[in-house]
Amino acid sequence: MTEHSEVMHQGESHGGAHVHRDDEGSKMAMWLFLFTELLLFGGLFLLYGAYRFEYADGFKVAAADMNSFIGAVNTIILLTSSLSVALSIAAMQRSQKKLALGMLWFTILCGIAFLINKYFEWSHEIHNGIYPGGPALENMSNGEVLYFGLYYVMTGLHGLHVIIGLIFISVIMVFISRDKITSTNFQKLENAGLYWHLVDVIWIFLFPLFYLLH
Amino acid sequence: MSEQTQTGELAAQAHAAHGDEHAQGHGHNVSYGTYFLVWLGLVALTAVTVTIAGIHLGSLTLITAMLIAAVKTTLVGYHFMHLKYDNVIIKVFVLVCLVIFLTFWILTFSDLSFR
Repeated sequence: MTEHSEVMHQGESHGGAHVHRDDEGSKMAMWLFLFTELLLFGGLFLLYGAYRFEYADGFKVAAADMNSFIGAVNTIILLTSSLSVALSIAAMQRSQKKLALGMLWFTILCGIAFLINKYFEWSHEIHNGIYPGGPALENMSNGEVLYFGLYYVMTGLHGLHVIIGLIFISVIMVFISRDKITSTNFQKLENAGLYWHLVDVIWIFLFPLFYLLH
Repeated sequence: MSEQTQTGELAAQAHAAHGDEHAQGHGHNVSYGTYFLVWLGLVALTAVTVTIAGIHLGSLTLITAMLIAAVKTTLVGYHFMHLKYDNVIIKVFVLVCLVIFLTFWILTFSDLSFR
């Protein structure tokens, strides 16, 4: 095993047992990064909260057009993909490489399904003239315009995170298939999982805030 | 025994020791069933959120939706993100981060409410 030989080499050169790996540090760095993500989205949620407070009626009128069914389906899709990532880590711990890879494939399919739903949603709204400078926006009140502005920015930024998460997971799958991630060395997989769960958590808040205003 | 083999053995021992330590750090082999239960809980809470939104509760709608979202987040963080098994320092980090976030909300809304 390459990892073993690396340790042997280290042992020879320093006469001690230094290992080029710090899983706890790696995990902590990932969490610190997630905090910056929280700050990024947190600012937008704060903006949403402040504007909704000011323009409660406009927000309600605008949200009435939202398809809460697609929103709910997308919520279930993301929750299920979070489950499959967690299962993939559990499988990796048990050295079940094929199961771990299968679970990650499933996660990627869920992510793509989520994005396809988003595509249809956005297409529908753009078709109805709701886009910057669009004909429908001109006749709307300030609250409605602000709602749709925040809707596009927040779900768009979230969608971007889904895409990044999918790339992250794909890279991790290459690592697993090349045995760079094993049952004793899976912090990279765990970090990808942390990122994916964060994306899920953000959606958990976006869903009721944009789809369930009555 | 040559010096070369000795260091080799030492390194192998160190590696084994590291393996043990590692097993301790990641020793939480959570059963697949637990994860399924958490997922079931999350789906059920989503159903509750959608149902409650259908009932006209006025200003309570938003509060209940946010409370349920907070419970869901706790479930994801605690079980899926393994905070349950994490080092106390990471738990403290998360808590501090949430308190700072909450402070921003309180400050902003106390400003908005009393203008």
